[in-house]
Amino acid sequence: MSEKEPREPLFSKKNKKLVTDPLTDNNPITIQVLGICSALAITVQVEQAVVMSASVLFVLVFGNIIVSMLRNLIPSRIRIIVQLVVVASLVIIVNEVLAAFLPDVSEKLSVFVGLIITNCIIMGRFEAFAMGNKVWPSIMDALGNSFGYAWILILVAFFRELLGSGTLWGVQILGSAIPGEEWGLYTMGYANNNMMILPPMALIVVGIIIWVQRSRNKALIEDH
Amino acid sequence: MESTLDIFVKAIFSENMIFAYFLGMCSYLAVSKTVKTAVGLGAAVIFVLVVTVPVNYLLENYLLKEGALEWINPEWGANGSNPLDLSFLSFIMFIAVVASIVQLVEMLVEKFAPALYGALGIFLPLIAVNCSILGGALFMQERQYSTILDATAFSLGSGIGWFIAIVAIAAIREKIRYSKVPAPLRGLGITFIITGLMGIAFMSFMGIKYGKEEAKDDKSSAVEITIEETNTINIG
Repeated sequence: MSEKEPREPLFSKKNKKLVTDPLTDNNPITIQVLGICSALAITVQVEQAVVMSASVLFVLVFGNIIVSMLRNLIPSRIRIIVQLVVVASLVIIVNEVLAAFLPDVSEKLSVFVGLIITNCIIMGRFEAFAMGNKVWPSIMDALGNSFGYAWILILVAFFRELLGSGTLWGVQILGSAIPGEEWGLYTMGYANNNMMILPPMALIVVGIIIWVQRSRNKALIEDH
Repeated sequence: MESTLDIFVKAIFSENMIFAYFLGMCSYLAVSKTVKTAVGLGAAVIFVLVVTVPVNYLLENYLLKEGALEWINPEWGANGSNPLDLSFLSFIMFIAVVASIVQLVEMLVEKFAPALYGALGIFLPLIAVNCSILGGALFMQERQYSTILDATAFSLGSGIGWFIAIVAIAAIREKIRYSKVPAPLRGLGITFIITGLMGIAFMSFMGIKYGKEEAKDDKSSAVEITIEETNTINIG
């Protein structure tokens, strides 16, 4: 590499694009279809979705940094195993921290913290980006993709928690249905849609988000 | 106490990997365009789950669990003076086992069963990062199955459940090509919604009662119903 290569400014147009693209037109969940496994199961409550997103953010940023630094040292034949070891070590850190400081959320997330290891977003970004790019763009890419993941996750959790249990972050928003102490919407005969708490509704909510997104941007429409 | 058969049936239907836990969704969505490839991937998942879960079960019980190292030194047992708990290592051990077994299986199948390799070969590398395989190991750890037979029944059941799910969605996707789906929903969107609807259908299996005690209760109530029915018939 020549040393005279012009230095790119830290927030050049290209780097900014790395962050903003995955938020909409190249979203990891709705367009690239990565990381669905964990995304759907933990969107019953906003709190879980936020904790999950933060965990993925941590693992993806540090994983991208490590893989990007090692990219010229990893033999391509065993790269999958090297990447898995990097992710697994980071996920162990996340799991131990969650179990120590947020024990009840950690219990609710149960195996899904461990499943960050096989979250396709992480392996996908390692393969597609960090293996071929320098550290700084890799950080940008990791931030973009984990925010893209996070906002879909939180949006789904918002609808499921609000409509399913009438709360947000555990706080009663729509009123209370306790007999004798009813207030808010429940006095008018409103009832929670218990369906929203069940697993299949997560899929349908994501399906609707995809529908809205693709009808706004016709370029994303697939032909079957 | 659940019997081995209960665990097996539960893993296929009421705790289906796809419809109840969304495990392995990425490959489920990506490889379900035709029934043929779906069958290949489904079979590979059953195969790898049945091999890896028992291996991970042994690791968990003789290496990782609190007090599991008792067989080396009684001091390290659960009741010993210095109980060892290596369970924080389980993620890295499980994923290493899964990745290396997938590699091994791929090589063995290629050498000894070329026909099978032709059918499964291209899917095997995909499986190392399929959430359902690691998920199987982690659920096995969380649920603390009492014998290796139970763990194997669980893995076989989960594999079959996954197989049913992917083959069913592939068959639906093949047919839906001939129907008029709203343009923005085509492809991914409609697949999500169909999977959701299939999940709702699968929830009807939640009513199955497991375990001997409950089954007995069921039988007695069933008998009562028949008595009542005969009464009404007599009256009628």
